[in-house]
Amino acid sequence: MIGNAPFFVVGVLFLMGLVGIFMSKNLIKIAIAVSILGSAVNIFLVALGYRAGGTIPVHFLAGEGTTMVLPTPQAMTLTAIVIALATTALLLSLIMLVWRHYGTLDVDEIRRLRG
Amino acid sequence: MRPLSVVVRTGCDLFAWFLIVFGASIIIHGDVTPGGGFQGGAVAATFITLLLVAYGGKKVFSWVRMGIFNGMLLFGLMAFFLLGLMGFPNAFLYNFLAIPHEVVQATGHGVIPPSGTIALMDIAVGIEVAGALSIIVLSMFRGIRLFREGPMEEESGHDR
Amino acid sequence: MNWNEHLPALLLIIPLFGAFLAPVCSMGGKLARNILLVAATFLTLLVAFLLWRSVLASGIQYYVMGGESFRLALPSGMALPVRIILEVDAFSAFMVLCGAIASFAGALFSVNYMSRFSGLSRFASLYLLLTTGMLGMMVTGDMFNFFIFIEISSIASFGLIAFWRDKPSAIEASFKYALISQVGSMMILIAAGSLYGKYNALNMAALGSVLTMGTMEKLALVFLVGSLAMKCGTFPMHMWLPDAYAEAPTGVTCLLVAVSQASLYGLMRVCFSIYGVAMGSTFVPWMIIIFGLASMFFGVTMAVVQHEIKRLIGYHSVSQVGYMLLGLGVGMLVLGDPRGMADFGFTAIKGGVFHIFNYTMYKALLFLAAGAVYYATGKRDLNDLGGLARKMPYTTFMFVIAAAAISGLPPFNGFVSKLLIYESSFAVHPSLAVVALVTSVLTLASFVKVFQTAFLGPEKNSLLHVREVPPAMLAGMAVLTVAVLGATLFPSWTLSNLVEPAARALVDQSGYIGAIMGGGM
Repeated sequence: MIGNAPFFVVGVLFLMGLVGIFMSKNLIKIAIAVSILGSAVNIFLVALGYRAGGTIPVHFLAGEGTTMVLPTPQAMTLTAIVIALATTALLLSLIMLVWRHYGTLDVDEIRRLRG
Repeated sequence: MRPLSVVVRTGCDLFAWFLIVFGASIIIHGDVTPGGGFQGGAVAATFITLLLVAYGGKKVFSWVRMGIFNGMLLFGLMAFFLLGLMGFPNAFLYNFLAIPHEVVQATGHGVIPPSGTIALMDIAVGIEVAGALSIIVLSMFRGIRLFREGPMEEESGHDR
Repeated sequence: MNWNEHLPALLLIIPLFGAFLAPVCSMGGKLARNILLVAATFLTLLVAFLLWRSVLASGIQYYVMGGESFRLALPSGMALPVRIILEVDAFSAFMVLCGAIASFAGALFSVNYMSRFSGLSRFASLYLLLTTGMLGMMVTGDMFNFFIFIEISSIASFGLIAFWRDKPSAIEASFKYALISQVGSMMILIAAGSLYGKYNALNMAALGSVLTMGTMEKLALVFLVGSLAMKCGTFPMHMWLPDAYAEAPTGVTCLLVAVSQASLYGLMRVCFSIYGVAMGSTFVPWMIIIFGLASMFFGVTMAVVQHEIKRLIGYHSVSQVGYMLLGLGVGMLVLGDPRGMADFGFTAIKGGVFHIFNYTMYKALLFLAAGAVYYATGKRDLNDLGGLARKMPYTTFMFVIAAAAISGLPPFNGFVSKLLIYESSFAVHPSLAVVALVTSVLTLASFVKVFQTAFLGPEKNSLLHVREVPPAMLAGMAVLTVAVLGATLFPSWTLSNLVEPAARALVDQSGYIGAIMGGGM
């Protein structure tokens, strides 16, 4: 049961991210919730690759251990982090342009101003 | 943005160049330690961010031009692509410089580490990411400054 | 060096290299950048055509990125495929051809349309990156690589939809699309990660050969179907589509149509080649059929009341995607049943696949014609337009062809694919065919209204200065018109050479798996 703790954390973070996207009133909070969603998926991928008692997956630096953690989910996580970074940069730039046009970052105000 | 106090500026002076050295170390040892191209490039890009926060926009824009970072970006992209194309009779991105582990233990290797093109591509990606993230931070900063000072003259979406 | 075996990699290298070169080329001026955009997309179209010919002649073609062989023999004796493998079968080659034609037409159109914007070197980079992402989605054979290409095309389209920076509605459309797209992509990544965790394989063929249905696989299938259907614009999650298609610059909209088709390709690949006959119950095919019916009906009813041209065509997009889901869902329903397959299942799949080709061609042409009207008159609302047929004869002619094709008028190609879908869905249950027919009638009504309001009728005083659009834009529209007319005038050639190998490759799960796993696994 205790070995499954990372996956419970993933579930909680994923739900927090989804609730944040649907119920936030400020655009920047929505962008932060998207980032939390990305972190939840990254934790899931890293926790998938862990093998109990494993060492680093490099052949000539591993030392005495016999099992190694899987390196493929680590590569997947790095790629997902890069993609989340690019998306966050774009979301924040779009939020800046929205602020320039409307003067406010409140979701309800923007819906009202749009008319 | 105006420069922050003397304490912040002194701290920035002490640590700024260290960030670049640290980033380069992460990039170059990317094939055997955690790290690699993207991570080291992101650390190296915090150099410009630290300077922006401590010294304010006017001074930083008088020291650097955006062209340097554009050049770094293009150099990194072209180097990565050419390394991929050079593997061509076998496949795209073929590792033509790799040396197997037994040969390394017997005779050692030269300047290029045994992982071959992976290390060179790490360096190319590191330079490219440092340039790209610096451009992102500088452009977002320039956007804020222009919003405060009035309408943008040279950039326009459609109606010119 | 044998060029034929490197074709899948060349398909991705050429637009990617063009995207990287765009900042360098735009230092040489406007002409250099336009030449780069048109030349890169033309070369991509050429490579796509050669790849299609090669796959039809010699079967499934695969390409290993970065290595020569990909079999890794584990100590337990099982052989796993490692490295990223691109696997092109006839269905992939068919979709690559559709996407490359749409990208070339959009690039030709954008050469003149974007002349009033600033920051155009970034536009060329983003456009070629979106082309790379779309083509990568269609040829890859690896689940995680598929996620990467979805993200490349999503990020490029966020930037491109918001390109009209002075209009706040464009920025809002891009923001909404970005949020929904990020949630969907994270769900795809969770599904891909959980499948990897159980089977230790990311390759689609390897997953297909060892998949057994359980609770985790059902959850992964729900995540994948839900998120890929969102990216096509299916009914409950279609809110972003009319806004995004209307606010993007028109050449980009032409390419976005092809990008949604790439997501539909992904959905079909997951359902037919990875899950295939292991899907067990008929719950998922019926869900897809119901999604299709809802999209068809609600799309067209919301389209009839619109009065802005591009939003109207965007809502019609939602309803046309419903047709494709209906056809492919009916085919999926009888996947494990050889007699049902021979009766009506294979006809349904052929109808769905042919409708993908027709839809990409005529929808892109409709958007380009609407964009040409906006470029010439400066107005998008139907209440302000009228009597344009005399001033813009070529645009009117091409709009008539596209509108007749989308409404399913005989003898156009839209009629042939819709007839195949009506026949097969009638065999499942008559009410499916009734909904499809009603939708077709409402589509015809809507386009008659648009054509009569915008092109026929007396001239308005505010439109006296209108002239025909520049020749590069006409050339872009002409490429698509040639494709539509080709499918119209040679229907049996198109069906037997273009559609039938693609449909056969889609249902042939064991052939797809056998090309990589070496058969007999």
